[in-house]
Amino acid sequence: MPQLIIDDKEISADDGATILEAARQADIDIPTICWHPATSSNGLCRMCVVEVEGMRLLQPGCLVKAADGMRVQTKSERVIRARKTILEMLASSVDLSDFPEILALMDEYGASSARFPLAERREVEVKDDNPMFIRDYAKCVLCWRCVQVCAEDAQFTFAINFSGRGFETQIGTFFDRALPATSCVFCGQCVGVCPSGALKPKREFLLEQGVTPEQIAAMKTGLKSKVKSQRSSI
Amino acid sequence: MSDIDLAPLQAELSRFDLQGRSGLLPALQAAQRLYGWLPQEAAAEVAKALGVPLADVHGVIEFYSLFYSEPVGKRIVRVCTDAACGLKGGEQILSGLCARHGIQPNQTTPDLSTTIESSPCLGLCDLAPATLTVDDGRWTIGDNELRPRSMVYGLSSLLTSNCGKGRAATLAEYGAYPALRRALELTPEAVIAEVKAAGLVGRGGAAFPTAVKWEGAAKAESFPKYIVCNADESEPGTFKDRVLLLDDPHRVIEGMCIAAHAIGATRGYIYLRGEYPYILPVLENALSEARAAGYLGKKFDIEIRLGAGAYICGEETALFESIEGKRGYPRIKPPFPTTNGLFDQPTVINNVETLCNVPLIFEKGAAGYRQIGTEKSPGPKLFCVSGDVAKPGVYEVPFGTTLRELLTMANGSPVDWLSGSAVNQSTEQPDSRITEKLENGLQAILFGGAAGAFATPAHLDVKLTFEDLRAAGLPLGSGVVMVFDQSRDLRQTLARLGKFFAHESCGKCYPCQLGTQRQMEILQRLANGEWQMGDSERLQDVGWTMTDASLCGLGQTAASAVLSALKLGLVKL
Ligand SMILES: Cc1cc2nc3c(=O)[nH]c(=O)nc-3n(C[C@H](O)[C@H](O)[C@H](O)COP(=O)(O)O)c2cc1C
Ligand code: SF4
Ligand code: SF4
Ligand code: FES
Ligand code: FES
Repeated sequence: MPQLIIDDKEISADDGATILEAARQADIDIPTICWHPATSSNGLCRMCVVEVEGMRLLQPGCLVKAADGMRVQTKSERVIRARKTILEMLASSVDLSDFPEILALMDEYGASSARFPLAERREVEVKDDNPMFIRDYAKCVLCWRCVQVCAEDAQFTFAINFSGRGFETQIGTFFDRALPATSCVFCGQCVGVCPSGALKPKREFLLEQGVTPEQIAAMKTGLKSKVKSQRSSI
Repeated sequence: MSDIDLAPLQAELSRFDLQGRSGLLPALQAAQRLYGWLPQEAAAEVAKALGVPLADVHGVIEFYSLFYSEPVGKRIVRVCTDAACGLKGGEQILSGLCARHGIQPNQTTPDLSTTIESSPCLGLCDLAPATLTVDDGRWTIGDNELRPRSMVYGLSSLLTSNCGKGRAATLAEYGAYPALRRALELTPEAVIAEVKAAGLVGRGGAAFPTAVKWEGAAKAESFPKYIVCNADESEPGTFKDRVLLLDDPHRVIEGMCIAAHAIGATRGYIYLRGEYPYILPVLENALSEARAAGYLGKKFDIEIRLGAGAYICGEETALFESIEGKRGYPRIKPPFPTTNGLFDQPTVINNVETLCNVPLIFEKGAAGYRQIGTEKSPGPKLFCVSGDVAKPGVYEVPFGTTLRELLTMANGSPVDWLSGSAVNQSTEQPDSRITEKLENGLQAILFGGAAGAFATPAHLDVKLTFEDLRAAGLPLGSGVVMVFDQSRDLRQTLARLGKFFAHESCGKCYPCQLGTQRQMEILQRLANGEWQMGDSERLQDVGWTMTDASLCGLGQTAASAVLSALKLGLVKL
């Protein structure tokens, strides 16, 4: 069991535990966005960065293993600057209105959503192409979870992947086909892991738009047959 | 629904289907050669042949700049608008061309005859302003050169003895791989010991001791093992590997053969950047010569992989992903390539110039090699000198040459050119120095590339070695020395660097995905004189966050040159 010091607290971590896991066991909070217990960690969001003595750069707590004799700072000036700036840059790019955990983090770090004036946002239309869920990628934080559960982390369906690169990256299908025209089996796993409100059950979406439950029930029958005909046309 | 004849593609695909997913980039390249772009039906056919999910194929097409999912012109003109070409009117050439064709940059004429693109550095900075035209599979450089001129200068020609002759050295001219013969007489351990004794350090940017890498892969107990030559050379301002590969292809191949013997590799890859298509036939020819002579094809053979337009694929793990047929996302390290590299197998990846030093070590012996350069930085080094100098080109000098000596050579006439430069000015007051009236004197030098840092005339006497440069806070990087005279507005240069990183970020991690975009926007405002209150702090916060929290070297250095320019006071905010 590695013994390490996190924020002046002596901690004995489980073998193989990450800094994040070790800190959480000791009730030390390290924020995360992309981390999820059911998907493999890719070190995307860097909200979990911490300062590790002897390392030149900040380290992602969700990936770096706790080691014997390690000294970790989770709230140093450098750490705070990075987390706050990441939050502010995210808020200047993405619609976070459906992501209460991030909004709370912004309050906690004093991050302003207006920090970057004249910033280009990732704005796209809502994709409403199937009866099960909608895809509102203006809210997507690119945590990759949906792509991962659709692929090797769970479903092995490979219906979605990425389009573009860099700031222009989006989640997408083969040549932007509608979901029913892809290998999607509507297992709903992606909706289950999406933290941002980008993937949302159709019913919830419609209720938010002011559609009544009765109207939804009436719509359902018609849509199902539409999916069938789209599928048979592939 | 399709008017696309898939038969020729199906015939082509049989060449790649055995490779599975790893054949994806070559297969898409073959499809694009046939159709000019990648129609949905062709992409689906490739997916079927290689057994790759459709969505993944589209993801790969979308990642690489040189793949087109919409029709493009029969002729594609790429005009470099990056840092060195920007000094020589790259943007004006672009807008002139566009005006003549009545289109905007990155658009295609309605008759599908011509596409004009604004391109990141083409690796032709010595020939700036650079353009690369591909017309129906044939390429031309500038107006109508079929092969870029190599301009090679310096104080020695150990690496470049066959370079600058206007054509590639044949095997007969290069010689019968004498260094390989010597190395094969030694055990793998002794080969590694010789490289260690020579003190060879990687030339690809990270300055890692080569023998340590080789040792790690040699000790790894999994087979097969791979040697990968990193010929992705996309760092703005870098063009030395282009010259080495084009003029003396056997040197790098011999270096790879020696490395293969050292670690027990059976297979090698040369990952050549997609913007160097004219090097492909030269390398292919050299590989066949080497096979015919028996140096390759028995225990060890080499395959060339052509990149498809992504600077990030020069990062070693992103490069592996690309060979494996995926989007070029860098991997999390550890594990490191020496144990878990290409196809998750033990792999040595080295830069072209690093591998070109290897034959030299076995020709001269480690002790002989150490006669060149300094104690801590042995050997010869290539510098890519571009910008405001009389003789841009590749300069081979021993480590330890001073920056002043290098620039004096590059300028031809030392006195005139440097007389104005305020060598004795203290660095404390950089602003007053810039505003001094200097008749085109030296203003600044971009060192190490876009991912590097600026130097000023105060640095002229720094010795070009790993240790002296580190002490001076200057990265050697890939050997870029881009010179800016006093007439230059460095705000424009910073805006170009900002654009480069925003274009090339892979988008995997937030600090760089978002930060390169925000940095570009702020630098563009700076260049346009539209500075907003608080932009200075924003630039610092974004820059330090990328530097400190990004996943890979791209984000970690995306603000390096900008922050150095601010620190030196080279631009007024
Ligand atoms: C964004 C990025 C781009 C890179 N591009 C190149 C390149 O084009 N060529 C190269 O040799 N190394 C490049 N590198 C460095 C490689 O990751 C790696 O360190 C190098 O190939 C190792 O070779 P060496 O030990 O011989 O220097 C790049 C690194 C990063 C982070
Ligand atoms: S759609 Fe949701 S799950 Fe998928 S990447 Fe975006 S935020 Fe993550
Ligand atoms: S630093 Fe940039 S290039 Fe590297 S992984 Fe992150 S987003 Fe990609
Ligand atoms: S939680 Fe660690 S990188 Fe996202
Ligand atoms: S070719 Fe234009 S900057 Fe390198």
